[in-house]
Amino acid sequence: MIMVQKLHILDETPSQTAGPFVHIGCIPTFAGVDGVFREDLGARAIESGAKGEKITIRGHVFDGTGWEMRDAMLESWQADAHGNYPGQNGADPKVNGFCRFAADAETGEFTLETVKPGSVVGPGAAMQAPHIALWIVARGINTGLQTRIYFSDEDNTDDPVLGRIEQRQRVDTLISKKVGEGEYRFDIRLQGVGETVFLDM
Amino acid sequence: MHDKDPLIERDHTVHPLPYFPAYKTSVTRSPSLPLLSMPSTMTEQTGPVFGHDILGRLDNNLVENYAQAGGSAIGERVVVHGRVLDQHARPQVGVLVEIWQANAGGRYRHKKDGYLAPLDPNFGGCGRAITDENGNYEFLTVRPGAYPWPNGVNDWRPMHIHFSIFGSGFGQRLISQMYFEGDPLISRCPIVKTIPDQAQIDRLVAPLDMSRAIPMDALAYRFDIVLRGRRQSMFENRPEGL
Repeated sequence: MIMVQKLHILDETPSQTAGPFVHIGCIPTFAGVDGVFREDLGARAIESGAKGEKITIRGHVFDGTGWEMRDAMLESWQADAHGNYPGQNGADPKVNGFCRFAADAETGEFTLETVKPGSVVGPGAAMQAPHIALWIVARGINTGLQTRIYFSDEDNTDDPVLGRIEQRQRVDTLISKKVGEGEYRFDIRLQGVGETVFLDM
Repeated sequence: MHDKDPLIERDHTVHPLPYFPAYKTSVTRSPSLPLLSMPSTMTEQTGPVFGHDILGRLDNNLVENYAQAGGSAIGERVVVHGRVLDQHARPQVGVLVEIWQANAGGRYRHKKDGYLAPLDPNFGGCGRAITDENGNYEFLTVRPGAYPWPNGVNDWRPMHIHFSIFGSGFGQRLISQMYFEGDPLISRCPIVKTIPDQAQIDRLVAPLDMSRAIPMDALAYRFDIVLRGRRQSMFENRPEGL
């Protein structure tokens, strides 16, 4: 029998659910565990003086029964108003890009305050419409879910990710709706009717 | 290899099944439609970088970081240490590792935890560290207790520590759990069993590491972590300056 060289590519460590108590680990001050860290990680997506349009995005994470989950934790990652990610040349130093926020323990609503990102380059020479990457973890979610927030008042027609969605009515699940000046609504449905498009990228 | 190179596609067979009826909460929280699979873009290839300036002196010492002056957490003292690598076995340098856990009695310092075991006034249950130039991290903590949870009538979580790990790209984000060698509850746990591959379950079980145990002070367990790797080809176009 002919053997081959061995490929030394490791398998990724398996994911496990973040569980119901993720808050004490990731946002302990929010969870009432005061004084361990100086400040919760990702407390703000931007610092004062960040360039661009200030926006607030609010929404809920719904489970498959339509229940607004009270225990989800979300993380966002985005470019600055010119489409540069923190760390890239010319990036706005007042844009952290990363934010952590949780569903409200009473209402389930989450709030993200940030600036609207610019268009981002790639893949190749194509441009991606302005978007914010989201990562959602909670009890019952065995591997964190990736999705994106786009904007209803931007031109999304040539975005390469949205363009790959076969069922065109599902594109809307990734587009936040403008509900006021600088205010957007973005609901996430984990399962069932209106299920959000989740990404594997 | 470059920090912003594309990510290797995720192999879902090494991860838990999203829908696993024995873990009841997963039934209504798992997508029923396929994920949209695409090559990573700059959005997934970049990610937040955290400097040592965010760390306090006791951030990786859970025995003391919530304790009153002169006090320390109750429980069996353990060092938990390991390396963060990518799929090419490259050390992940300067990445943030966060942990959280129950106290020695199996109780979390969280509003939603109503277990009978008492809170320890000297134990908060969270810590964080940034990996060194070889990808190493280290925590001092107490061994968490096992505890019952509402799933089956009498389901118990094995002793475990939750881990949250950042790579250099947002698409590498990972949360997992570390278990302890020899715990008979591991093989009974519905959350553990969401992982279909036994070899992958084994990778979450940290062995006792007497080479790092501190005499007359603390036992040690080793837990290595592998994040998604990046691919690079000389034949792949990359935008100018990236």
